[in-house]
Amino acid sequence: MKQFKLVYTAGVIVLSVLLTLVIASLILTVLGANVLDTFWVIFCYPFTSLKNLSGVINIMTPLTIVGVGICVAYRSGIVNIGGEGQMIIGLLCAIVFALGTSLPAPFGLIGTLLVGMAGGALWGALPGLLKARFGVSELLSTVMFNYIATQLYSYCLRVPLLDPAVAGGSGDPQTVKLDTSVWLPRLSEVFQVDKSFRFHTGIFIALLLAVIVFLFMWKTPTGFKMRAAGASDRAARYGGISVSRYLVLAMLISGACCGLAGTVEILGVHHRGLGNCTGGYGFSGIVVALFGGLHPLGVIPAAFFFSVISFGCSALQINKIPVPSNMIDVLQGLVILVIVAAKLIIANPYLMDRAQRRMDALLHRKEAA
Amino acid sequence: MTPEAITSLRIEHITKRFPGIVACSDISLSVGKGEVLALVGENGAGKTTLMNILMGLYTPDEGKIYINNKEVVFKSPSDAFACGIGMVHQQYMLVPNLTVTENIALGMSQMREKGGTLAQRLRRAGRLDLAGVRRHIVAISEHYGLAVDPDAYIWQLSVGEQQRVELVKTLCFGAKFLILDEPTSALTPQETDELIGLLRRMSGELSIIFISHKLAEVKALSSKVAILRGGKLVFRGNTKDHSSADIASLMTGHEVYLPVNQSSRAPGKPMLEVRDLFVRGDRGNMALNKLNLTVRAGEIVGLAGVSGNGQRELAEALTGLRTVESGDILLDGSNLVGKSPKQIIAQGMGYVPEERNVEGIVPSMSIKENLVLKDIGRPPFSTAGIVNNGRIEKNAQSLREKFDIRCSGVQIAAGSLSGGNIQKVILAREISRGPKFLVAVYPIRGLDLGAAEFIHKQLLALRDQGVGILLISEELEEIINLSDRIAVIFKGQIQRTLGQGEATQRKLGMMMAGVKDNEAI
Repeated sequence: MKQFKLVYTAGVIVLSVLLTLVIASLILTVLGANVLDTFWVIFCYPFTSLKNLSGVINIMTPLTIVGVGICVAYRSGIVNIGGEGQMIIGLLCAIVFALGTSLPAPFGLIGTLLVGMAGGALWGALPGLLKARFGVSELLSTVMFNYIATQLYSYCLRVPLLDPAVAGGSGDPQTVKLDTSVWLPRLSEVFQVDKSFRFHTGIFIALLLAVIVFLFMWKTPTGFKMRAAGASDRAARYGGISVSRYLVLAMLISGACCGLAGTVEILGVHHRGLGNCTGGYGFSGIVVALFGGLHPLGVIPAAFFFSVISFGCSALQINKIPVPSNMIDVLQGLVILVIVAAKLIIANPYLMDRAQRRMDALLHRKEAA
Repeated sequence: MTPEAITSLRIEHITKRFPGIVACSDISLSVGKGEVLALVGENGAGKTTLMNILMGLYTPDEGKIYINNKEVVFKSPSDAFACGIGMVHQQYMLVPNLTVTENIALGMSQMREKGGTLAQRLRRAGRLDLAGVRRHIVAISEHYGLAVDPDAYIWQLSVGEQQRVELVKTLCFGAKFLILDEPTSALTPQETDELIGLLRRMSGELSIIFISHKLAEVKALSSKVAILRGGKLVFRGNTKDHSSADIASLMTGHEVYLPVNQSSRAPGKPMLEVRDLFVRGDRGNMALNKLNLTVRAGEIVGLAGVSGNGQRELAEALTGLRTVESGDILLDGSNLVGKSPKQIIAQGMGYVPEERNVEGIVPSMSIKENLVLKDIGRPPFSTAGIVNNGRIEKNAQSLREKFDIRCSGVQIAAGSLSGGNIQKVILAREISRGPKFLVAVYPIRGLDLGAAEFIHKQLLALRDQGVGILLISEELEEIINLSDRIAVIFKGQIQRTLGQGEATQRKLGMMMAGVKDNEAI
C-alpha cells in the first residue's frame, strides 16, 4: 500500500512535468522557435557558468525573502498582496537612512537593513490594523497601498532624492549612489574564492531568515497561536487567542520581510534608488510561496526553481533565440496550473484507490495467464 | 415526468469500498409499499453511504437495486429522481435569500423534461413559470398537510419550517419514495413530534426510509428496522417485536446504559453566580433580559429551552466572547464581566461550544496541537518561548487513551475525526485543564449512543470532583438524566428552576413554551 502510494505520487509528478514540457513545446513551436534550443537556454544555460549561477542566486535572494514573508501572512489567515508596496517603502526608508547618516562600517549596513525592515513592517501593519479594527478586506487595502507606495516612490525619485547629475536631463530618474560601506558585498569580495562568484551576500540573509521564520512559526507559542488563528479564527477565539492582535503581528512580520527584500535588492544589486527596481518580486514572491507549500523552508527550492527559469528566459535574447523574454510569465502560469492540478490528483484518495484496483486487476490477469 | 408508483424497492448484496475501508459490505434490504424502514446504526456504520448509493451519488462496487422487481442502475442523482426516489439531506440545500417558490423552481428547472422537437425545446428554454410552480406547491402542501408559505423567504423560516420546504421540494419533483437522513437532528422536541405525525400520515401513500440514532423515533414511526454496524447489516425485523434496549445493544454491539445522575451528595458553595445579566444578540435585540442563575460546586444545572431563547448568548457571555451590557458574572467570587476570553480561561472556565467543528477545534491542525490549544503558552508545553514537542506528544497519548479517542495517530488533522471523537478531543482538553466550571452546549448533539454514553459519564465524573457544570441542551431526556437542578430559559430569562425529582418531560415542555402558571401545568 505504502509502496504503491510512493510510485503513484512519483508517477503523477513525472507525468505533470512531461505535460508542462509538452504544452510549452506547443507554444514555442507556434512562436517558431527551436524547442530543444529554447529549453536548453531556459533550464540548462543558467548552470553553464559560475557567472550565470551567480545571476540566478541574485534573483533567488529577494524572491526567497518575499516568499517567506507571504508564508507568514498566509498561515495567519491573511492574504498579503501588498508585498510590492512593502518592498518599495522598505527600500525607500533604507535609501533615505543610508543617504542621511554615516555610521562606521558594519553599523551603517545593519542600520540600513533594519530601517528597511521597519519601513516594510509599517506598510504591512497598516492594512493589518484596518482589517483587525474595521474589517477592511486586505485584498483591497494591500493593493491600494501598492499604488500609494509606487507613486510616493516615483515622486521621491524625481524630486527630493533626484541625483543632481541627471537633473534636467532626459535620463531615467535615480538617486545618487549609496556609500560603498552600506553595500552588501559580493561573495568574492568577502572570501578568497573564485572571482566568478559574483552573487552578493544577501542570499545568506535570505536562507537564515527562512530558518528563523520556520522556527518562529512552528516552535514558539506565538507562532502556534498565529497558525491557529489563521487556520480557524473562530476556534482560536474560543481558545482564548486574540485573533486580531496576531493578525496585525502577522502583517507586521510579513511587511518586514518584504521591506528587507527591497533593501537587500538595493544594497546588493543596484546600490542606488532606480525606477522599477523591485523587479516585480513582490508579486512573483506570492507564486513562490504557494509553490513552496506555504512553508518557509519549502520556499527555498521554490525560489531557486523560479530563479533558474527567470534567468534562463532573460538570457534568451543573448543566445539569439527568437522568443520574447516574456516567456517567463507563460512558463510560470503553466507551472502553477500543472502543480495545482497534480496536487489535487495526489490528494484525492478515490483516484488513487481506483488506480490501485485497476493495477491489481491487471497484475492478477497476467498471473492467471 | 412523473414516475410510476414504487410498490417495492429491493437492494441485494450491495458492497461499496472506499480507500482503506469497506463502507457497505453485502447489504440486502427491501421496502414494500407504505412501509417505513428505520435504518439505524452508529456514526460511520455506513448508513449515509448506503443511501447515497440509492440516490445515485455513488455507484456500488457490487450488488443490484430493483424497483418494482425491475433492475435499475443509477449513474447520477437524476437517474434516481427519474425513478421517483427523493432524499432530504441532513444539511438543507436551500438558498436563503430566495423565496420558497423560487427555491423549488430552481430545482425543477434542472428536472426539466428532456427531448421533444427543437421548437418545443426552444419554447421551454428560458421560461420560468413561477405561478405554475406556486400552484404545484400549494397543491402538494394541501394534499399532504404540509403547511408552508410559498412566498416566504428561506431566511425567515425556522429550521423545522425549512425542513418542510425540503419535503415539499422533494415531493414536487415527483418523489414516490422518501429517504430522510437524520431528519430530527436539528429540530426542537415539538417540531420533532410534528414531523413524526406528518411522516406517519404520509406513509399511507409513500414508502419511507429514515436514518436515525434516536430510538424513541424509531419506535414511534417505523414498521421495520434495519441495523448496520461497521458496514454490515447485523439485524432486520419488525419494529414492534423488539424493545429500544434490544435495538440499542445491537447497534453498538454491547449493552448500553445511558448514565443517570443518582448521586445525592450535597453540592458545595456557589461556583457561578449570574446576576441581572443583560446581553445583546446578533441583531441588536436584548437576548438576555435580566437573567439570574446560580450553579454550585459539584452540581449540574441543566438549562432547558427551545433554541434561540438566549442560550447561545449566555454561553458566550460566560466565556467572554460576547460583550455584557450590564450585570455581574461571578466565578468563584471574582467578576468575569469585561475580562477577555484568555483571562476567563485562566480563571478556570471550561467550554464545550455548540459548533464543535468550527469553534471547538482548529480542524486543519493535528489532534495533539488541538489538545494544547489553550495551554501552548505555558509550561510544560512551552518553556522560555520554545514549544516542547515531547510533552505535547506525551499529553496527547495519555489523553487519547484516557478519553478513548479513536484515531490512527495523534498527528493527524483533528478535522478528519468523526463527530464523537472530535467531542472527545474537546472534552479531553477542557477536563484535563482542571476547570472550576464547565459550560457544555449541546454536548451530544448528532452523536451516536456509544459516544453519548461516554460523554455523559465524563460529565458526571467531573461533577463528582466538585466542578460546577452548566448543561445547555434541548434534549429533555439528557437534561432530566444528568441534572441536579433544571432551569428553564424563555425569552432571555429563567422561567423557573426545578429540582431533580420535580421535572417531567411534559412539565418542561410546557415551561419551555412559555407557560408560567403553576396551575396550568
